[in-house]
Amino acid sequence: MITKNNTNGKTKIYVEDFNFFYGKFQALKNITIDIPANQITSIIGPSGCGKSTFIRSFNRMNELIPSTHTTGKIILDDKDIFAIDPVEIRKQVGMVFQRPNPFPKSIFENISFGPRAHGIRDRRILEEIVEKSLRQAVLWDEVKDSLNKSGLALSGGQQQRLCIARALAVEPEVILMDEPASALDPIATLKIEELIQQLKEKYTIVIVTHNMQQAARASDYTMFFNMAEDRAGYLVESGKTTDIFTNPKQDLTEQYISGRFG
Amino acid sequence: MAIFTDFTNEHIAQNQGSKKNLHKRKFIEKFSFSFIWLAATFTIVILFFLVGYVISNGIKVIDLEFLTTRPAGGVSGKGGISTTVVTTIYLVFLTISIAAPLGIGAAVFMIEYAPEFLKTKGFATHLIQIIRTSVEILAGVPSIIFGLFGFAVFVSYMKLKFSLLSAGLSGACLILPVIIRTTEEAILTVPKSYREGSLALGATKWQTVFNVILPSAMPGIITGIILSVGRVIAETAVFWVTLGGSYRLPKNLLSSGRSMALHVYMLASETRAFDKALGTSAILIVIIIFLNLFINIASRQFSKKFSGK
Amino acid sequence: MMVRKLLLIIASTSVLIVGLIFLFTFIESTDAIYQIGLGDLLTGTIWRPGAIIGDTEGQFGLIPMILGSIYSTLGAILLGVPLSIFTAIFLAEIAPPLIRDLFRPAVELLAGIPSVIFGLFGMIVLAPLIRNFEVAGNSGFGILNASIILAIMILPTITNVAEDAIRAVPDSYRHAALAMGATRWQTIITIVLPAARSGIVAAIILGIGRALGETMALIMVIGNSIAIPTPLDGNPLTLLLATARTLTGNIAVEINYAAGVHRSALFFTGVLLFLLLLIINRIAHFILKERKIS
Repeated sequence: MITKNNTNGKTKIYVEDFNFFYGKFQALKNITIDIPANQITSIIGPSGCGKSTFIRSFNRMNELIPSTHTTGKIILDDKDIFAIDPVEIRKQVGMVFQRPNPFPKSIFENISFGPRAHGIRDRRILEEIVEKSLRQAVLWDEVKDSLNKSGLALSGGQQQRLCIARALAVEPEVILMDEPASALDPIATLKIEELIQQLKEKYTIVIVTHNMQQAARASDYTMFFNMAEDRAGYLVESGKTTDIFTNPKQDLTEQYISGRFG
Repeated sequence: MAIFTDFTNEHIAQNQGSKKNLHKRKFIEKFSFSFIWLAATFTIVILFFLVGYVISNGIKVIDLEFLTTRPAGGVSGKGGISTTVVTTIYLVFLTISIAAPLGIGAAVFMIEYAPEFLKTKGFATHLIQIIRTSVEILAGVPSIIFGLFGFAVFVSYMKLKFSLLSAGLSGACLILPVIIRTTEEAILTVPKSYREGSLALGATKWQTVFNVILPSAMPGIITGIILSVGRVIAETAVFWVTLGGSYRLPKNLLSSGRSMALHVYMLASETRAFDKALGTSAILIVIIIFLNLFINIASRQFSKKFSGK
Repeated sequence: MMVRKLLLIIASTSVLIVGLIFLFTFIESTDAIYQIGLGDLLTGTIWRPGAIIGDTEGQFGLIPMILGSIYSTLGAILLGVPLSIFTAIFLAEIAPPLIRDLFRPAVELLAGIPSVIFGLFGMIVLAPLIRNFEVAGNSGFGILNASIILAIMILPTITNVAEDAIRAVPDSYRHAALAMGATRWQTIITIVLPAARSGIVAAIILGIGRALGETMALIMVIGNSIAIPTPLDGNPLTLLLATARTLTGNIAVEINYAAGVHRSALFFTGVLLFLLLLIINRIAHFILKERKIS
């Protein structure tokens, strides 16, 4: 089983022997992997095999659910994320959710929320941050004249790009995306995918997707998860996306990719 | 992205600032959470102090004699509460027997029959909206107004005088919206499949309501009735103005009487017998505690029943 | 469809009752309106039903009672709203599930305690305490006593509705905020509470309605004097120590022996209260309905 990505660049996140439990139920089993920096790593696999649980462990959002616990290590750069305050982790590891969830506030207030929460009060600086984030999210031209409009007044695709801009405003190093385009129409989806490609220059991106074509065309590395018989998720295979999709080493991978299950 | 000024870049690239900021935020959070805990504890302390004070002082007065003698009336404050207990029980039965059928009937109508009416245009649709609004209005009327209403209609106009009947009718008006609301909620929780199953077997609408829906909704309906019982026991303003306040045992529906809550008021305002007032209050609080307990247990059973046991 | 018609009639009893309340109270009050005049009733500052002292002429100005109701309600809001909102935040966001399960029955119990017991408490416990303030004329009864008691009584009302409003804020908002590195407290203050704002406002309005409608407890602690409440000495704060009477208390205290124009004036007070509370409740419901739509 290939777990190291043989990356040429650095490793951004190193996971070692990671297990995740919801109470007594084990959701993830023995995951070891390193996530390469400034690359797009996609996570594919059938429903329920723990993909979302996995990336939510990176920003410790799972801890909002009672009775969860983990064993194993997750190292961000050179820091053990479980040894640092989760609030601080979440500044460095941002997240975009499946359903767009802008706050019931103006576009400006949505995006400036993160920086303000972290102590930036100067209006000038906030305006610059808002513009920068909206540009990176390829939304600036569409909303630059209506920053005071409610975030909820945008279309689905725009809302999701707003949420991405919002996450970017905090200047994270890693961006987690949990099926970011699954609630959107095909055109909006395409826009999101293009956006993600642009983002990898500055950020490390880990994206969970149900859509294999999306993984194949939009990511650099791929992790394939499956559900074992005890319903725990485990890592079947991982590597460069082109390798996984053209020359998978595991039978299971080959079967999943050719659509024979999941 | 060359739109960032040096000023901004400098400000954002400060990692040390970020650490200080985190500490500050966490400190504010700890402080605020402690404050909130304090506030909530204060609320509980108020409750415990009040209940504790009343019960611990009231209990001193309660003995068999207290419970079996009638109040002496007048300003002495002597005597017990026997007649007031009986009057309270009479009052509860009276108000419930008037309000429950009316309330349940109204709720059944609004949920089960009104929708059909709404399809036909005309007078009926407006009436139904008016009914809804009326129930809402009734729910918000303060009890003294019900008292005034009862005084004007039952005591004076219908010449029922200060009596159980006047008080019962007025009290029934007071709790009617409560029963309607809780019954409606109870009926709404009955799954559609029950209705459809019954109708598919050829039962009429009324048979379905009577034999399937009401029995299913019964736990919720009973909860509402018990809530109303608590309300009647705790009420004073309505009865002050319609019941009269006589310390004697009511002989019939047209007799005057005194409920326990009313007795507390009269003891406190007309006599110096605060100890007896506390005693009566203690008994009232214990009754309310038991009623609330019963409701909590009952509604837990109720929801268990529907989430599939 | 006999059943349908019968049930329709039963359901209409609510309409009947509301109609009758309005009709009878209004009719009984017309005497006062004609003989005393709306202006005098609503702006008159002296309430002296003549019959008590043997006069046939009486004065029926409601201002003292209006002020009594306003002051006591205001006091109750100032004392009760912060505590209620904090408790609501506690229950909705901060309390661990076990504590919450203990708290809710406690708040419900507070809601179910007969109002006369609160009045009794005010008479026996609060009044002596308040008498400790060394001011001439301080009886321990009055606006302060009433405000404290009322605040405790409206606490469950406000807490329940506010807690529901806070819980109704979607979790996705909280998750989004936390995922950006905000602390839980920051999330509550900057995202959750603003989103729950209209529900919280509705809760406070309902609390105001409850306070205005309370009768018996207030009679027992507010002193029931018929003069306009004024500070007891130079210090304006001693207004809190002044005794007063509320609109509700006015009705309850005098209705049993009032006759003629006097009685009619009391019914007018009832009409006033009825309309006032109608408006307040409509506003609260309107706000709550608006929330459900958005």
